[in-house]
Amino acid sequence: MSRRTVAELSRSLARGEFSSTELTRDYLSRIKQFNGVYNAYITITEELALAQAAAADQRRARGEHGPLTGIPIAHKDIFCMQDVRTTCASKMLSNFISPYNATVVERLNAAGTVTLGKTNMDEFAMGSSNETSFFGAVRNPWDPERVPGGSSGGSAAAVAADLCAIATGTDTGGSIRQPAAFCGITGFKPSYGRISRWGMIAFASSLDQAGPISKSAEDAALMMNAIAGPDSKDSTCVEVAAPDYMATLNDTLQGLRIGVPRQHLAEGLGAEVESALQAALKVFESLGATIKEVDLPNSHLSVSAYYVIAPAEASANLSRFDGVRYGYRCADPVNLEDMYKRSRSEGFGSEVKRRIMIGTYALSAGFYDAYYIKAQQIRRLIKQDFDNAFKEVDVIIGPTTPHTAFKLGEKNSDPVTMYLEDIYTIAVNLAGLPGMSIPAGSHKGLPIGIQLVGKDFDEARLLNVAHQYQQNTDWHLQRPEV
Amino acid sequence: MVWETVIGLEVHVQLDTKSKLFSGSSTTFGAEPNTQAGIYDLAMPGTLPVFNEAVLRMAVKFGLAIDAEIGRRSVFDRKNYFYPDLPKGYQVTQLAFPTVGKGSLQITLEDGSEKVIGITRAHIEEDAGKSLHEDFQGLTGIDLNRAGTALLEIVSEPELRNAKEAVAYLKKLHAIILYLGISDGNMAQGSMRCDANVSVRQLGATEFGTRTEIKNINSFRFVEKAINHEVRRQIDIIEDGGRIIQETRLYDADKDETRSMRSKEVANDYRYFPEPDLLPVVIDEAYIEAVRAELPELPNAKRARFVSQYGLSEYDAGVLSSSREMANFYEEVVNICGDTKLSANWVTVDLQGLLNKSDLEISQSPVSASRLGALIGRIKDQTISGKIAKAVFEAMLGSEQSVDEIIESQGLQQVTDSGAIEKLVDEVIAANPEQVAQFRAGKEKVFAFFIGQAMKVSKGKANPDQLNALLLQKLKG
Repeated sequence: MSRRTVAELSRSLARGEFSSTELTRDYLSRIKQFNGVYNAYITITEELALAQAAAADQRRARGEHGPLTGIPIAHKDIFCMQDVRTTCASKMLSNFISPYNATVVERLNAAGTVTLGKTNMDEFAMGSSNETSFFGAVRNPWDPERVPGGSSGGSAAAVAADLCAIATGTDTGGSIRQPAAFCGITGFKPSYGRISRWGMIAFASSLDQAGPISKSAEDAALMMNAIAGPDSKDSTCVEVAAPDYMATLNDTLQGLRIGVPRQHLAEGLGAEVESALQAALKVFESLGATIKEVDLPNSHLSVSAYYVIAPAEASANLSRFDGVRYGYRCADPVNLEDMYKRSRSEGFGSEVKRRIMIGTYALSAGFYDAYYIKAQQIRRLIKQDFDNAFKEVDVIIGPTTPHTAFKLGEKNSDPVTMYLEDIYTIAVNLAGLPGMSIPAGSHKGLPIGIQLVGKDFDEARLLNVAHQYQQNTDWHLQRPEV
Repeated sequence: MVWETVIGLEVHVQLDTKSKLFSGSSTTFGAEPNTQAGIYDLAMPGTLPVFNEAVLRMAVKFGLAIDAEIGRRSVFDRKNYFYPDLPKGYQVTQLAFPTVGKGSLQITLEDGSEKVIGITRAHIEEDAGKSLHEDFQGLTGIDLNRAGTALLEIVSEPELRNAKEAVAYLKKLHAIILYLGISDGNMAQGSMRCDANVSVRQLGATEFGTRTEIKNINSFRFVEKAINHEVRRQIDIIEDGGRIIQETRLYDADKDETRSMRSKEVANDYRYFPEPDLLPVVIDEAYIEAVRAELPELPNAKRARFVSQYGLSEYDAGVLSSSREMANFYEEVVNICGDTKLSANWVTVDLQGLLNKSDLEISQSPVSASRLGALIGRIKDQTISGKIAKAVFEAMLGSEQSVDEIIESQGLQQVTDSGAIEKLVDEVIAANPEQVAQFRAGKEKVFAFFIGQAMKVSKGKANPDQLNALLLQKLKG
């Protein structure tokens, strides 16, 4: 039953080859068998999953199902789920039971998905290796000595090891795309504002966006159809209805204009990644696309701008974790200040504290103009770069990461080295554009991903391009030996 | 040395919306603690704000009422600080782009002259919750019912020159807010709170002195007392060769003094930045004009109309238009009795005296406008005299009876039967032969004595005109 895409599982469920309950039991047993190795899940919701599976089977019997009804799914532990522990992989929330559902969860519940559990992640989504989790590091299914990427490392590992059919993730600077690249799967970050952020624990509000982590572009489109679209609970979610992403998957790529950023082919890009990218471009050419270089002259500034804006927003977003109303509170505080200091010092991990301090500093009187305002100016320039490039091309394709998955502990000593992991993905968040990573090669048994970037709210085109690539290649079908 | 006082007021007005600024929670005052705090108000992880449009409408209404610039694009910012009753660890407010920009307010000074006070800005922000320090054995309880309630913070220019001006400004602001119906303006319940920035300087100086900020003054009376106290304190310090420290001070009404809360020198760095969870609020001319069309008649316009339409003095018109309730009450009385001046007298003198004595607002008046109108109507149609009317007014206070029932049951109708009056006059003349002789001898002053005697015997009920005429006729014999 396992190792199939959502689209395949959906067809099998429709044909009655097996029930959702059987499928769910199969996934639960795989989780029991392998989660100890990969640590992809923080919480397994077995009881809930079986109840949802039974309900899905009944829906199917009544003919009230959609393509996702009965499909086993995992949610990144950043999405609030009512009556389920929602930790954000932090000690701060290690006992937090959410009183409500995130819109993404609500919509997938309504579509009839079966929730297997909550996946591991970097604490508060801050990290690129999934090593900052309070619940321990996640291991890459292709090589357990290596990281799965982050911050949605648990979701990516769970999909790659087939411990769920599909998963949700969030992406602030590359947190869906980079782990998708490291784990050899498809990761999709929609345009900022396409999917409601209600119930998604905020890291950097102006950059965070939810999206699917899946085995194919078609599966991503299936999930997008369920979760995209306006939500009155999120003012930054656009009011325009989302299109049917399945409808355009098979559009031809004849005449598609692809841009390759000159700056992404420069120093720092691993040779194995570059050759995979070139091979992929050949495939696109064979499908009728034309390739040209484009210029993103300010892309070298993106990491610096990001590490001002994201920590600045995070420093305020994480102020609510103060030990007063919920979450971790230190033992026996002697007064208010002591309670604040120790609850936050003990409740947050070191990377989270580092970013709170960077953000607090950047917003301080006397530094605000030099850091925050300057970073916002760079952000506008980066958006302009993309706007200019998209005058000449329809999609931009480049590497997702400079190299394949690195070893656990390899980049922990120097935060800046870790921050540079997201050098190709961060600009996309700063510009608010849709981006995705699809598998396009392999090196020494480790997957290589390429990144596709689309125009504002042009998700359908991006999914179409990725799907056509996957119809003509089989990188996305390769699975690790679990 | 002659000192000049410089005062600027920051007034927080709780806007009277059904739900909070960014959440659907109710705003009713006095509910059980934390029963009106939803998941956003509690700053549950993942929750987001949704701007309540009713708040925008109220802010724009206020802006138009003070002739202010209306921000076509206003932006919310986060003001960061930690406090247990501030659940998110930041307050959402408007820093650089407030909804209401520069405007002004005209106030009337004690000598009757007018002064225009500049208003710097008025911005929308959320209120904090309350920390409860009693009843928790040394611990602090948090009530988040108020957290997230919409506030309009109205900041004046430092153009007030003494405590009385500050009170006049605050009262005018209060009146406008009630006229607009955007807040209940209840200072005791905290719906309107005032912080005063106070400094002193030598008369004629162009630089401002160092100011202190007096926090949370919760009545008009305390504003005056707090400022006067603070001015005295500052002058004493400077005259003793000292220096004023810029700080926040708290007014203690029991001791009638201000005391230091915290020094600005160690104050928070609030690290403001634009709130990324909310879009800028953009409004166009059509929106502004639609709000303008909803504006009620404001105090100054009403005063002018009372003068021209009802023939009132500037003073009476000013008193009667000082609040919308007062003006409405007055106009209802006029509608019933038809006498504008008599109504003005009764409302400003008799009724106001009664209210002052019992410390009541016009809205709590024990005598309704319709009953007062009926009473004045009976003076006008000569059923009772003005003097008797005062007795009826007294009787109305403890009674549910109508004006006519009171007059009827206590037999207070004027005696207009000429036979009865003649009998009365005859009695009085017969009983006072000595005074009759004096009158007839030319001492006309004695006439008043006869009126008094006759009124006494008739218990004030004799129609004065008829009594006058008959008495004169009989005495002259």
